[in-house]
Amino acid sequence: MAKTEKLPMDGIPAMTINAFEALCSSRERAIVTAEFRSFDGGDLADIEKALAEVAPYVDALNITDNPAAHAHASNTTMAAAVKTLGGNPIMQVVCRDKNRLAIQADLVGVTMFGVENFCALTGDDVTAGDEKEARRVFDLDGPQLIAVMTGISHGNYLSGRKLKSEPHMFIGAVENPTAPPLEHRVERALKKVEAGAKFIQLQICYQPELLENFMAGCVANGVAQRAAIMPTVVFTKSARPLTFMDASVPGISVPQAVIDRVANSEDQAEESYQLVKEQVIHALSLSGVAGIHLTDFRHDGSLQRLTRELKIGPHEQSQQSQESTNAYSR
Amino acid sequence: MPKLLPLIEHVVKKPIWDCRMCGQCVLHSTGMTCPMTCPKTLRNGPCGGVRPDGNCEVVPDMPCVWVKAHDRSLNMPLLPQKWRDEFNHLRPPVNNSLQGDSSWINLINGKDRETPDGWDPGHDH
Repeated sequence: MAKTEKLPMDGIPAMTINAFEALCSSRERAIVTAEFRSFDGGDLADIEKALAEVAPYVDALNITDNPAAHAHASNTTMAAAVKTLGGNPIMQVVCRDKNRLAIQADLVGVTMFGVENFCALTGDDVTAGDEKEARRVFDLDGPQLIAVMTGISHGNYLSGRKLKSEPHMFIGAVENPTAPPLEHRVERALKKVEAGAKFIQLQICYQPELLENFMAGCVANGVAQRAAIMPTVVFTKSARPLTFMDASVPGISVPQAVIDRVANSEDQAEESYQLVKEQVIHALSLSGVAGIHLTDFRHDGSLQRLTRELKIGPHEQSQQSQESTNAYSR
Repeated sequence: MPKLLPLIEHVVKKPIWDCRMCGQCVLHSTGMTCPMTCPKTLRNGPCGGVRPDGNCEVVPDMPCVWVKAHDRSLNMPLLPQKWRDEFNHLRPPVNNSLQGDSSWINLINGKDRETPDGWDPGHDH
């Protein structure tokens, strides 16, 4: 399943093309994905440098789509760039900014660059961003977007018009185990699986019991067997971003006890790291969890440290196998 | 008559359900709660931004339309079981060309159930 393909450019350790999809299917080890940083200018060399720092440690990188309703370099251009530079992108697509015509055009376009992994999201509302006066679109919703992606992978637009080929697409979605109505979230995950999602990345969750309940539900209704579920953990450096997320990020709440734990510690950066490590260990211990998705607000090597300490991800595996000094591809 | 009917429908449904005249009514399958009153006009369930108190991400003082819909689809008296069962069905993208039509006419002539030729969800799952 996993095709191997060498880098078109020097300097970045090669990632196995489709390794992410292969792992979602085989589940032979914990999958590690991470959110790639967003860009507001610069050039390809900047992207290449950022990619080299994180690519060896993850199986795939999520390319965001105007996260938190802030404009950045587009998901399509970033996904194409990362793919061209030898990375393995998961292109996120939100429903907020574009209608069905524009979204389909984007999807077909990036498949021509070899982008294969896609993640469908509803998207934060425009009111979460810095251009609150923008028109919100939501011409499609999340589950409909998954079905439209699936249609394109079968070689047709929503209208029924045929594509020249059937692009290989590995389609996933997101779900929030902490947002009401809690008991409905596993049903919604199932709806997304039935629309074509083969992996599900979860919203950041600071309530272990809510994650446990969600996972138990996904094992019971078959979602965890049919789709690779990856809880999200976020690297922070102090209590302040925890307070910010709790107050300002839609769909995330952080218990005061967690904020206090970090705020009252002697070394907030280290305590934040230990919190993340505990969250990852807990998530990976749950039945039905296929891997972990990492969001890094620190950019200080903590992500790399974590994958080393927990011995997860492609880097660790290749270190163990010692096939060569640069054998990040399997 | 074709112009009178949307007016009558609007007069009846606006005060009760805050009807937005999408012309393809799905109220029966959403706990008699209009999904077009969701600020994101989501037809397939709540987004991930619902607040811990069950209120809307966009309008913090408003209960999430889909939290209400979910609760009503389970607990509203007299709702036929068939309608409750449809709650988790995948509803197709909105046909924006029907905006302003009478959904009653579109129900009778079947226009509200027409989907684009490429809409074939789940056929290989």
